[in-house]
Amino acid sequence: MTSNALSRSPEIRWPPAVVRHAPVVVIVLALIAIWYVAAVLMNMNIVRDGFERDGTAYTTEDLIAGTLSAERPLLPAPHQVIATFADDVFGWPVTSPRSLVYHSWVTLSATFLGFVLGAGFGIFLAILIVHARTLEKSLLPWIICSQMVPILAVAPIVIVVLGSIGLRGLLPKAIISAYLCFFPVTIGVVKGLSSPDPIQLDLMRTWSATQAQIFWKLRWPSAVPFLFTSLKVSITISLIGAIVAELPTGAQAGIGARLLAGSYYGQTIQIWAALVAASVLAIGLIGLVSLVERWVAQLMGART
Amino acid sequence: MAFASAAPASFRLEEPVRSPDDISIAMTPAASADALAVHAKGVSLTFETSDGEVQALSSVDLDIAAGDFVSFIGPSGCGKTTLLRVIADLQQPTSGTILVNGVTPEAARLRRAYGYVFQAPALYPWRTIERNIALPLEIMGIDAAQRRERIERYLRLVNLSGFERKYPWQLSGGMQQRASIARALCFEPALLLMDEPFGALDEIVRDHLNEQLLRLWDQTKKTVVFVTHSIPEAVFLSTKIVVMSPRPGRIIDIIACDFPRDRTLEFRETPEFIKIAQRVRSGLRSGHSYDE
Repeated sequence: MTSNALSRSPEIRWPPAVVRHAPVVVIVLALIAIWYVAAVLMNMNIVRDGFERDGTAYTTEDLIAGTLSAERPLLPAPHQVIATFADDVFGWPVTSPRSLVYHSWVTLSATFLGFVLGAGFGIFLAILIVHARTLEKSLLPWIICSQMVPILAVAPIVIVVLGSIGLRGLLPKAIISAYLCFFPVTIGVVKGLSSPDPIQLDLMRTWSATQAQIFWKLRWPSAVPFLFTSLKVSITISLIGAIVAELPTGAQAGIGARLLAGSYYGQTIQIWAALVAASVLAIGLIGLVSLVERWVAQLMGART
Repeated sequence: MAFASAAPASFRLEEPVRSPDDISIAMTPAASADALAVHAKGVSLTFETSDGEVQALSSVDLDIAAGDFVSFIGPSGCGKTTLLRVIADLQQPTSGTILVNGVTPEAARLRRAYGYVFQAPALYPWRTIERNIALPLEIMGIDAAQRRERIERYLRLVNLSGFERKYPWQLSGGMQQRASIARALCFEPALLLMDEPFGALDEIVRDHLNEQLLRLWDQTKKTVVFVTHSIPEAVFLSTKIVVMSPRPGRIIDIIACDFPRDRTLEFRETPEFIKIAQRVRSGLRSGHSYDE
């Protein structure tokens, strides 16, 4: 049947660029179409109520146009979100508290500090666990417990406790971010440090290598691929941690503060624009880690 | 393409360094064992497994003279690898005594008395070939200038000059195994322990490497202990063949194989070769090795 169909229609040769990007473009277009349909359906009642309150006559076109340009829609249309995002990013000087760049930078600095603290702590825990198996038994339940605690509940406590000892601003947010992001690093690095082949460990023994030599020359390089996989998970979690840390603390700046302000005043478009900013940051952060990963892999002689 | 053409004329076996306490250890229990590379007496090893004890080695007596090429042959589970690992202090016997270069295996290991070649090359993928060879030298604290000199010399010896900057994945399996042999030799141990080093390679590469290994042994005058499950390989390479049998792992025959050191692959067609191969095979058969 298929061969029959093939023989009848002349084969179309698409340019490689089209073949490569077509699936991505199709998915994006489909998502945007679904979004528009959802926006129309979800905002329908608000707009209709508005027309009826004013007592004006309206057509279906008016109704649909209204759903896509409402000031406080339930679900803003994509073009509204993009317009607000562009205005928030480019419409203000980057130092202005109305600029999304300013807020992104506030969140990003907490993310970076939290990520460095969290990754460092995660690696430190992993080294402890690998070198003392008893520590694995005594530490791991607590580490897992720490991840069960809802961070939204703990964050205000952490902020208050740290505030009472004089720590304010960036550091408490970074600590909450680190608290969330160390876990994948610990798990990944423990796996990585235990990944050397028994033969490679036997070789080290035949050379009477010290524990430190085994660590630096075998275990640590073996753990690097695992480390980067964990870091990619961890850096997005650390961004989420920084945003979450801004929510319950009444922070004045940051993407979290922006989300909170948006929800106070029913500015749904502003919330969505802040979410877009968060996604752009996350993509950028993962891209950054991937770039470093590729560079390190090249230094370590990975197949190209 | 052989080792011989590439070998430097200056190459010479260095006697293992013996410190005074080394000699005192050797003198006390078994003075006669001092000249032996390996001396094992009544060595037994029992593993504790979930379904009871497994006797991997049962009262093994074995002497290996310095300069010998000794092969352990037997079916899987006969303890040949375990015996090699006991010599290397990678495993400890349950009972019996064993001396390597006249001292305990642990002392020998701490003195870096042997190089060990595993079935897999086990090169570190993130290190180039030269840095792989440098690894044991770095661990032993040999300075950079001497490291460079050793790397160059031993890569030449295994005919891998020009591949210094390649990563392991850029080399064929046979070349990787040659690099791992260079790595085992570069810190100049008197004893070379090889655990089925060519087991994972195809027959053609294996024949070639067998010839090269024989040349290398002839040039370096090292003691080689070689584990294999191939009868032709054992007969072709060895001066002494140790036939082992499983359950419990024990030695059932030790066959002298005193042919000239400069054997070629044609040696395998001679009646003498076939006669020894037959004796090895009948030894293996009497040990019920073919029951599996």
